[in-house]
This record gives sequence, structure tokens and C-alpha cells, in this order.
Amino acid sequence: MIVTSDLTKRYGRVLAVDRVGLDVRDGDRYGFLGPNGSGKTTVVRMLLGLVYATSGTIEVLGQPVPRRVAQVLPKIGALVEGPSSYGHLSGRANLSLLDAAGPGRSGSRRARRRRIDEALERVGLGGVDDRAVRKYSLGMRQRLGLAAALLCEPRLLILDEPTNGLDPQGIREIRDLLTQLNANGTTVFLSSHQLSEVEQLCTRVGVVNRGRLVVQDDLAALRGPTGRVIVRSPDADRAAGLLDGRLASRAGDLIVVTNADPVALNAELVGAGLRISEIRPENRSLEDLVLAVTGAGSDRISGRKAPVPGAPEPGEVPAREALASQPLAREALAREPSSEREGP
Amino acid sequence: MIGVELAKLVRRPRNWVSVALICALPLTVAIFVAVTHVVPPPGQGPTLLSAVLADGALFPAAALAIVLPIFLPVAVAVVAGDSIAGEASSGMLRYLLARPVGRTRLLVAKLISVIVYVLLAVVAVALTSFATGQLLFGSKPVVVTPSAGGITSSGVVANTLSGTALTPVEILIRTAGAVAFISVSMLGLAAIALFLSTLADSSLGAALGALAVLILSGVLVTLNSASAVAPYLPTKYWLAWVDFFRQPIIWHNIDRGFELQAVYVVVFLAAAWANFATKDVTS
Repeated sequence: MIVTSDLTKRYGRVLAVDRVGLDVRDGDRYGFLGPNGSGKTTVVRMLLGLVYATSGTIEVLGQPVPRRVAQVLPKIGALVEGPSSYGHLSGRANLSLLDAAGPGRSGSRRARRRRIDEALERVGLGGVDDRAVRKYSLGMRQRLGLAAALLCEPRLLILDEPTNGLDPQGIREIRDLLTQLNANGTTVFLSSHQLSEVEQLCTRVGVVNRGRLVVQDDLAALRGPTGRVIVRSPDADRAAGLLDGRLASRAGDLIVVTNADPVALNAELVGAGLRISEIRPENRSLEDLVLAVTGAGSDRISGRKAPVPGAPEPGEVPAREALASQPLAREALAREPSSEREGP
Repeated sequence: MIGVELAKLVRRPRNWVSVALICALPLTVAIFVAVTHVVPPPGQGPTLLSAVLADGALFPAAALAIVLPIFLPVAVAVVAGDSIAGEASSGMLRYLLARPVGRTRLLVAKLISVIVYVLLAVVAVALTSFATGQLLFGSKPVVVTPSAGGITSSGVVANTLSGTALTPVEILIRTAGAVAFISVSMLGLAAIALFLSTLADSSLGAALGALAVLILSGVLVTLNSASAVAPYLPTKYWLAWVDFFRQPIIWHNIDRGFELQAVYVVVFLAAAWANFATKDVTS
């Protein structure tokens, strides 16, 4: 679906994107993560032919971009850096102008109207009136932007922060919509800095930091069990005594046990007469992983510039070492990080 | 895409307001003249205005003379300057290009929409002022200057009595010629504004840039020490439309004006295309 190799973009002296090798496969729900200013949007713009790469190659839907971008774009729905519209026109009029601007999508007046109605219906704006868009709420504009992206019945959706400004119900609705579209064969490429959004929707993630792709793998693999077990017990004191030496950490009635099998551990604790209110294997969270491989976002401007001698700056840490330094993420390294893996 | 751009042009209230304002200025002048019957002495004030008391059919020409120096160019610069930069600042440029609309196609559609706006504005001025002229001044045969007169506008009016009379049909044809010439004169400016519009991310910047070019050109045209570049300045032949109202029509400056504007349009459109087609769209 999307394959880039050594994709690089330089703005003057600023290296915005540095040798990125994306690999988004057909049918993926791909989460593209990274702090603000890490180059996500520049990559998205290059995929759409809006910004030209300094070097490297892009292939979208099997076609080289930007050379064949005109053949690729009609099959792509995009939402880039928030929705836009002509504020003095209604949502329907906006969609109608955009629809008419596309190539070969004229059709009969009725077919066009039906297409627009369908797109509005899908994003939950089916009953929208003739109000000008500038009077819309942020959530309504976001939905309108999504409707515009869905106008062409895309094979690939490239969405930048699609749930921005939506309330929790709206977020759930959009997530369901994207899941449903994906089930019907649309590949979803979701660029976001909201980890929970990606965690709940995506099957694969790529993490970009300071213009470099530092991790790219299946979410399930990245989020695998850490081997530790979390136990919650009213008898935490006795449990801690019993498990001395195997205890990783303790906070109140919550203890974390290293290298344990939850079934055996449960039997052991219950056998010792302890009351257990919760026992489960610990999973790596996406947040831990992302924070491990990225530094502070570029929007955090620190006053002092005094890195610890010998210690690399957070963003400079290559993925492998960053992961290795994190107990939670260490096991991810047992698997080859797929940022270095060949595409299919 | 051209249809889409025209739809946007028509559905934008701002464009209609600007056309209405352009038409309102000559109307205001006409009311003052009709009420007081005081006109500027020949050679002063707007071209041909002193002749309208004699014949209302000349008022469209006088109205064009009134709006030509400032109102019309400002409106054209604003609309043309807004064409690409306005899409960029509203964030719609990226969505249009991702639709996809080819960059060249978008530029051509914008150009045509600007041309339509220019024609709309000029023709609207001509029509409304024709109605105004008929209502307020009535129609009588008019006498225009012989071509022996100077090529300045004062020459036209000063020698009115010594000229030959024009029939209403002739006035109509000559006014149509003036409308065409003024529209084309605006296109050079529109091309400059369109080019700046592909450079700037703010439509205000592009419009002001085009107006700065206009003012600079206006200053240099009157400057004797700049006479070497004068024939190449965009506003040099703007006033040559007056020659349509001489008997016979003096074609020299009119032809030069058409040619000069054509060169400006070609050069700045090429520059706009070269810049826009290779530009990173980061808005």
C-alpha cells in the first residue's frame, strides 16, 4: 500500500524527515505515531504529493509518487492537519464543490447528490442543514473533513488526527466507522500523537522521532507480555514477604512479580491462604514503548541545554538501545524490529 | 474545475459587494453632476466627464475613466491575489490538490475565474453607467475631437466642438472597444497578482504586492528621468482607451497597450506556473 525507502526531506538546514522506510500493507490499520514536530505531517504531505521529497522514493498503491500521483490520489481519502472548508458555504455545498473538482467524478446530478448524502450519513451529519460551515462546532468540521475524505470511496485512507475535537461518543463513532471501512477492505493510515486512539484502533504502528522512523511493527508484538505478573491483594504485606526476591515493585495493595506464571503464582498464593482480588500478566503499554524511543516533542523548548555527559539525547537514541534500556520493552528486541525488515 | 472555480466566484458575497462598490462610485459622481450641472473644466477631473452633460451616452466611458485609476485595479489585485494564497490560508489548497486537481489545471481555472471577474466588473460598470447616463443626462448626438488633437485626455474634451458627431451606434461600438481594452489592461495586473499569490501564503500580501507594482509603475510613468523604461511599464498605456473616442480612432497606443499586456500576462503566468508546479504545499 505504502512503501517508502530512505525518504528524506530537508527544509533549508532543517532535516525534517530522515531516511524513513515506511511499510504499510494492504488491509492494515496503521498507526503513525510521534511527538509534535517529529515529521509526521511532512511524511503525510509527501505521500500525497503536496511536498516533494529531497531524496528517497515513495510508492503508494504500487505507483511511484509524485510521478504518478494523479493516478493514485483518486483512490485515496485524506485528512491532513485538520479539516478545512469554505466557511461561507454550507457543508453540503463544500462537499459538492470538492466532489466536482475531482477527476472523472462528474456523473449525473442525482448520482453526485447521493454520493454526498452517503458520505454525510456515514460520518453522522446526515441531517445537517444549510448553515454555513463557519458556524459549525469543531467536531462537526472534523466530521465534514472525514466526509470529504470518504467521497471517493477510497482504498486507502490517510488521516491526520481524525478525532481531534470530537467528544468521547464521537471518537467511539469514528473508530467504529474506521474499523468497519477497514473490514470492507480500506487500508487506514492514521497519523496521531494520541496513543490511546492508536492503541484501540490500529494493528500496526510506526513511531517517528525527529524525522526518523524508530520503530515499526505489529501492535500485538510490541505490546506482548513482559513476563511479569500484577497481583492485587488485601494481604499484600504477607504476599510481599512470601515472594521476597521475586518482587519487582510494590505500591499499596498492588505488587508486581518478576518472571512468574500467573497460574502457578495464583495457586501458590492461594495455597498460602492469601486473598487475591486481581491477578494478571503485565503487558507492555504503547505509551511506555513510545516514550522510551522518543524524547520530548519539539514544542517543548527547554531553557538549559545541559545533557548528561556521555548520555545520548533522548531523541538520538537508536531504537534498539532505547528499547534495551527499558525493562518493559526489552523483549520486543527478541523480535527483529521490523523497521529493519524487508517489506513483503 | 473551471466550473467549480466559477461557482466559487459567483457564490462569494465579497465579489458581488466589490462589483457593487465599483459601480456605485460613478453613480455617486453622476448624481452630483446631474444635480449641480457643474463639471470639471475640460482637461481637469475624470476624462470625458465634462462631455456627459451634452450626451448621457458618453457616461459609460466617463465612468470607466473614474474607476480605472484606483477602484478597478484594487479589486482586481484583491481577487487575483486571493486566488491561490486564499486557498492556501483557508487550508483548502491541500484538499483540492489531494482530490486531485492538477496544479496546472487549478492555476488555469483560477486565471479564468479572474478574467471572468474582470469582465464582470468592467461590463457591470459600463451597463450601470449607461443606465445612469440615460436617466440623468439623456441622449443627444455628441461631437468628438478630431485626431489632430493631443493624445492627452484633455485634448479630447477641449476640442469637442471642433469634432464630428457620433451616432449612438458608434458610441456603443467605441465603448465596447474601451471595455475590451480596459479589461485586457487589468489582465497584466491580474497576472502579476496571480504570480505573487503563488509565492505568498497570505492573500493580503499578494494583493498589496500587486498594488505596490501598480503604484511604482504609476509613479515611474510620470517621471521624466524614468522615460527609458516607461514604454515597458504595465500602466503605460492604460489611458489609451481614450483614443477610441477620437475621430478617427488612433490605434497606435491601443495596439501597443494590447501587446504590452499580452507580454505581462505571458511572462507572469509562466512564472506563476513554474513556481506553483514545483512548490511544496505546506499550508
